[in-house]
Parts: sequence; structure tokens; C-alpha cells
Amino acid sequence: MERKFGEVVIDLQNISLSFGGVKALTNISFDVRKHEIRAIIGPNGAGKSSMLNVINGVYHPQEGRIVFNGQERREMEPYMAASQGISRTFQNIALFKGMTVLDNIMTGRHMKMNCGLLSHMLHWGRAQKEEIEHRKKVEEVIDFLEIQSIRKTPVGRLPYGLQKRVELARALAAEPELLLLDEPMAGMNVEEKQDMCRFILDVNDQFGTTIVLIEHDMGVVMDISDRVVVLDYGKKIGDGTPDEVKSNPDVIAAYLGTSH
Amino acid sequence: MTFFFEVLIGGLLSGVLYALVALGFVLIFKASGVFNFAQGAMVFFAALTFVGFTEVLPGWTGMEPGSGGVFWLSFALALMSMVVLGIATEKVVLRPLVNQPPITLFMATIGLTFFIEGLVQAIWGNTARGLSLGISDEPVMWMLDEFDMMISKFDLIAAGIALVLFVVLALLFQYTRVGRALRAVADDHQAALSVGIPLKHIWAIVWGVAGFVALIAGLIWGARNGVQFALTFTALKALPVLILGGFTSVPGAIIGGLIIGASEKLAEIYLGPFVGGGIESWFPYILAMLFLLVRPEGLFGEKHIDRV
Amino acid sequence: MLYREAGQFKASYQEDSQIFPIRQDRVGFIALLAFFFLIVPMVASQYWLQAILTPVLIFSLAALGLNILTGYAGQLSLGSAAFMAVGAFATYNFMLRIDGMPFLMAILLGGLSAAAVGILFGLPSLRIKGFYLAVATLAAQFFIVWVLVKFPWFSNYSSSGVITAQEINILGYAFNTPESKYLLTLLVVTVLALAAKNMVRSTTGRKWMAVRDMDVAAEVIGIRLMRTKLQAFAVSSFYCGVAGALYAYTYLGTVEPEGFNLTLSFQILFMIIIGGVGSILGSFLGAAFIVLLPVFLNIVLHSFVGAALPPGFGSNLELMIFGGLIIFFLIVEPHGMARLWQIGKEKLRLWPFPH
Repeated sequence: MERKFGEVVIDLQNISLSFGGVKALTNISFDVRKHEIRAIIGPNGAGKSSMLNVINGVYHPQEGRIVFNGQERREMEPYMAASQGISRTFQNIALFKGMTVLDNIMTGRHMKMNCGLLSHMLHWGRAQKEEIEHRKKVEEVIDFLEIQSIRKTPVGRLPYGLQKRVELARALAAEPELLLLDEPMAGMNVEEKQDMCRFILDVNDQFGTTIVLIEHDMGVVMDISDRVVVLDYGKKIGDGTPDEVKSNPDVIAAYLGTSH
Repeated sequence: MTFFFEVLIGGLLSGVLYALVALGFVLIFKASGVFNFAQGAMVFFAALTFVGFTEVLPGWTGMEPGSGGVFWLSFALALMSMVVLGIATEKVVLRPLVNQPPITLFMATIGLTFFIEGLVQAIWGNTARGLSLGISDEPVMWMLDEFDMMISKFDLIAAGIALVLFVVLALLFQYTRVGRALRAVADDHQAALSVGIPLKHIWAIVWGVAGFVALIAGLIWGARNGVQFALTFTALKALPVLILGGFTSVPGAIIGGLIIGASEKLAEIYLGPFVGGGIESWFPYILAMLFLLVRPEGLFGEKHIDRV
Repeated sequence: MLYREAGQFKASYQEDSQIFPIRQDRVGFIALLAFFFLIVPMVASQYWLQAILTPVLIFSLAALGLNILTGYAGQLSLGSAAFMAVGAFATYNFMLRIDGMPFLMAILLGGLSAAAVGILFGLPSLRIKGFYLAVATLAAQFFIVWVLVKFPWFSNYSSSGVITAQEINILGYAFNTPESKYLLTLLVVTVLALAAKNMVRSTTGRKWMAVRDMDVAAEVIGIRLMRTKLQAFAVSSFYCGVAGALYAYTYLGTVEPEGFNLTLSFQILFMIIIGGVGSILGSFLGAAFIVLLPVFLNIVLHSFVGAALPPGFGSNLELMIFGGLIIFFLIVEPHGMARLWQIGKEKLRLWPFPH
């Protein structure tokens, strides 16, 4: 199956990041094309999460350039990334524990809601209309991810696998152009993994969302991703299609060879 | 210029006393991660309990009022009360709240503050008392002669006692087995538990030591300003001290105390007249707040990196 | 058996997102409002209206303000009373210095002044959290009271710093009886409580809660932390400011800056801990509890023990009970009385057939 990918959505050039002398990322470059599923793999501590944090502005790299949709960004803040259409999920679930599933997902849509404080106080007319309009969108996401039955449950009470799904729902509610998934399948059993794989592929397929994902499960990565970047000790050691990466001797030595 | 130094030294000396209260906070925070808002109430409890015993002991035992025997027996009884209070707090309040968010523990210690203040006044009464340690509050003569400076003898001795206490505690933590265990606990509860350090004992010891420090602070502050409810407000000044010094640093508490003590006195003297005076009531807090904007982790605290 | 939601289906999202989705709750709420607006002013004694119901309402509003900041937006403040003071003194000065200033407008401006000051003292929250922030809010507490004492302009050069509230006159009607003051307070508090409920169930409230629950994640989904926190400070201080103005105008009549001290701030904090952190209902329950407990204690002590007690024993007992209850609630039910109420309702829903 040959899939056609569009132009480069995000281009990372010579990114270096360090925390007080400890190098997390060294001179890393890769790009992500429209509509592809791009995986970042590597052993623990290879800098995968740091890479995602650089992309959406949580960390500020000391060196390098990020070009997103043709625009170069320097001082990036997370909310700016969000407003430009970048959503993400986290390795250790970062849901709002005190809120219900519905509220969590509604929060994902706040960028698209314009009513101000005063109209919220009244909750009448425009504010109410807006709330209901966005509720409809959120219900679509809820249907898509098959979590209708838990919409009024506080997220703190949900099992781990469902929390991961709610987190994905929150990211999807923002209708992102670029979706960053940090180990979406960590700690799941086989069935849950299969479900999650299906959701990721469907998102990519139906909404045309570009996806960058970090994953430990090699089988999953090789199955669903179009291109793979391999990091080790903060350096890039491989980049290409799953097949190319599998046969890359550096990668085998650093990662695949030792783990499987 | 002499006057400036006089104010400065006076401020530094009272700063040592702020540091003494702050030290109690730091000990408990290091060992159990609890920001003990009630430390000020404990100072008040200690001072009032001591005074209370000095009042009733002569009647109970027939000892001479104001004698050394009464003093030391009261001291011992007050110290015992502090240890009991500390251990009870640890058992009744903090243990059930283990693993709760720090802010919940903080609010619990605010509740504890009220409880302690009510309890101690219910036992000993609401009237303000004097407390004498037998040190007169007069200027040190040779300072007056040599440099023409009025430095209170009381402040000087009090600061001396506080410094001795700091040194003794520092040595205990550095060189004894309990001290080592305590530092291990402060570093990582789980790891400390896993190498067999009895966490409960350590906590009990720490609360006991914090009670002892509160007693010393209570005696000195009480002798200086009288034993009354307002003592708890003085103790509140330890909070900005902690902000400056960081919650986990003993040297930080001392240096923070010195800075707060000196700067509030200097500000009162040199800025106060322009704005109507009385700025001691808020100056330390505003100073700490402005400081936080520049350096949120305090002078000696570690910089915190958010991980996601 | 009467309290059932069976058979009530929601056919639209609008119905589903009502304040009271269950019909019995809606009816109950309207009945409650009718009771407090119509029946209470007729049957309650002057003492109850003036010394209990009015302060309960005012403290509920202040607790609501603190709850918005602490319970919803997660920023602990120990300076609520200071923002009440700003509201009271600002309202007083607007009334005093502008001819023909309508009372409600003055209260609104008083609240807005408190909001402005709140934003100023909220600035540290951008860099610090938790108890660091709590200590920073102590700065607001001590500084504001000091300013109001030291600059006599605020109290119109009254020698003692005490201000006497002007008579309230709205559209020619003078609010000078306990009944009318109570009703005015009730109206303002009801409107603001409903507004608060609306805020917390809309995007505004969700942003606050997102910042409270996990600020890094909130930032990543595009919430501007600075704006959201400062907004919470502003709204919270506005509520406290209006509460302060009512405190001066419909409750005490004369206030001085030192009346808005740290103890009052703590009392408001206790109201939300006991009533329920992050709950509108809890703010009311907590305020009622904290106002009523001393009254109740007083009655009990006097009828059982009489005059044999040492002076101040009652107030000490009060301190101990407050402190003890705070600890009790934090350990046993951290969501306060509001949560107990909710649990009760859920039980009722199943009663008498729990299976």
C-alpha cells in the first residue's frame, strides 16, 4: 500500500537541549510530513520525551531551529503551539483529575471558544449556544473513541487504559493538525493496545491528522508508522521507513539487538 | 554612622531570633515534608506553659518562687509538654494525612494552630504575663563607652544562646546516628525506609526537637515582649524568613533571619518616617514576595524543573 | 422514593447541562429561594435577620470568593479579609466623594477596586505556588490593612480610623430596617452565587480547574496560565470586595481596617474547608456553620455551666473546636459538608430499594 504524503509540516533542524550541563538532545534534525505517522523510538533516557517537549514548547532548546508550517519559531510557549494546532498526550497521564470525562474533553476545545467572563456569568444566549455547539463536537469525539458510558465519571475513578483514551479524546477535541502521542500504549494489555492502534490509525485516516508518536512496543511501531526516527543518548542514530530502520546496523546494535 | 550600625546590629540580633523560629519549620519540613504553620503556636504554647508552671509550682511543691529550682523544673515540665504535643501532633494529625497533597497538610497545620492556641489558653488563662530569665535588658557598657552604641545585653545573650543551639543541632545532625538517619529521611522517605530506618521514631524525634527549639524561642521571645497572644504574630515573621532561605536549608534559615531582622529595622528607621511608620508589620512579607518574583526557589533552595 | 431521576430523560445538551439536572432539585431550589425571600423576612426575628442570617449570607459570599480562587483555581490565599477591606473602604469612598452615587454602582465599583488590588497581589502566583504563594498573600493581608490605617484619606480623616456607612438608598427607598437590609444582601448574594455557578460550569471554570489540577498539561492544551490565574484572582477579589462592602453597609454599619484582620481571613478559609473546597453549596454551608457554632456554643455553655467558667474560656473552646474540626474534616472528608450532602442525596436516590 503506497500512501501519499504532503509537504513537510514541521522541520526540526540541529536541535540541542541541555539541563544545566546534562545534554538531553544533541544536534537532532528530522522532519514530519503532512498526514504521516512518524515514530520516535529509542531506549530509556534516549531523549524521546524531551523531543516532544521541544516540539510543543515546554522545553526551549539552546540551539537549532523549528520550522512549523513554513514559519520559523524561536521563543515558543506551549499555549502558542496549541493555538497553531499542536495537541499532545503525556507519558504519565496528565488529565485534570478533579473533573469529569466530559469536562476534560471540553477543556480541549477551549481554544475555539470565544465567549468572555461576563457572558459566562450570565450563561445565557451566546455563551449557552456556544457551549452547546461545542458539546456536540465533543460528543462526536466521545462517540469516535467509544467512551459514551463514562462521560459523567470523574477521571480519577477510571482505570488506566480508559484514562489514556480520555487523554487522547481531549487532544482530539482541539481538532489538531499535528498530534503528539507520548507512549500511548504504555502499560496496556494486548486488547487495549489493539484498540488504541485502531484509534490512532482511524484518526490519521479519517481526520488526516499528522501524528508523531513515541512507543516502546516495537511490533506496534513497525506496524503503524510510516517513518521512524531512532534516538540513543540524545543523538539520532537512524531515520527512515520501518524496514530501513530494522536493517540499520547502528540501530540494531544500540536498541533492537539488546532488547529482542 | 554609629546610629546606622546600632540599628543594624539590633536588627541582626532580632533576626537571630526569627531564625530560631524558622529553624523549627525547617526541621519538620526536612524530615516529613510538612510545612508546619503551627510552629508559631508551638512557640506560644511553650512560653505560656513554662510561665504557667513557674506560677503554680511554688504552690504545689513549696519551692521558693523565682528560685532556680522552679526555673529548671518548669523548664523540664514545659519541655516534656512540648515533646508530648509534638508526638501527639505527629500521631493524630499528620499520620492519617500521609500521602495527601502538601497543601492539605498545610491547611491541617493551620487548624492545629488554632487548636493549640485555644488549648494552651484554656489551660493557663488568657492574661498576658511577664517572663524573666534573669538577664537585664540594659545596654552593653563597653560598647557604649568604646563605640557610643546602644546594644542590648539581653539581645546579645539571646542571640548567643540561639547560635549555640544552631551549632549543637548542626553537630548532632552531622555526626550522630540519629542525625544521619534524619538526613537520609529528608532526602528520600522510601529509600530511607528500605534501608531499615524507623521512620516513625525519626518523626517523633524531629517533632520533639522542634518542640525543644520552640521552647527556647518561646522563652527568649517571651522574656523580650511578654508572654501573650501577640507572640504568635512574631512567630509568623518566620515565614518570610523561610521564603528567603528556602524551606530545606538550616543555614538558609539563619541567613534569611538575619536579612529579615536587619532589613525590617533599617526600613522602619529610614523609610518608616516617610510613610507614617509601622511598616515592620508588612515589610518582611513584601520583601519576601518581591524576592520570590526574582528567585522562586529561595537563596539556598534547589531549582525545580517541571517534568512531564 | 420521591427523589428519583428515573423517567427523566435529557433530549438536548441544554437540558443536560442545567444547574440542577434532576427535577426534584430544581423544585427544591425554587422553594428554598421562595422561603428565604418571602417567608423568612416575615417570620424571623430582628435578631436572627440582623445577627445571623445577614452575616451568614455575607460570609458565604466571601467564602465563595475564596473558593473560586482556592477551590476552583487551586491558588491558596490567606488574605481574603484584606480584599474585603478594599471593597468596604472603596465603596465608602465612592459613596462619599461622588455626589449622587447609586449604592449598587458604588458596591460594583468597590468590588472592581478589590479586583484590581487582587490582580496586583496575584502577580506572584505566576512564579510560585502552594505555600510559597500562601505566604505571599500574607503580604496582601498586612500591607493593605496598614495602608488603610496609615493613610487617613481612606477613612475620611476619622480620628479612630472607623468609617460609618452611609444610609443605603436605592431609587428613593431607604434600606434601614433589618428586613430590608437582609433582603438586599440576599438579592446580591443570590445573583453573584448564580453567576459563580455559571462561571464554573463554563469554559472559564474549566480553565481554572485545569490550572488547579495540572498546570503543565493546562498550558500544553493552550491555556494561558498567567491570564487564567490573574482572572481567578480578580474574580475572587471582586466577590470578597462586594462581601466586604455588604459587611460594612448591611451588617455592621461601622468598620475599621483592623476588623479585617488575619483571623477573619482564616475564618473564611475555615468556611471553605469545612463547607467544601471547590463547591458553591459548600461556601454557604461552611459560612453558616462558622457563624452558628459560636452562637450555639454560647447557649450550651450558659445553660449547662453558667457563670462558673473563667473569662475567655468560651472563645478558647471555640478556637479548639474550629481547629479540631478543620483537622477532622481534612482527614475524614476533605470535600467538606457539601460532599456529605451529596452522599446523602445519592443514598436518598436509591432509598428504599438500594439494590
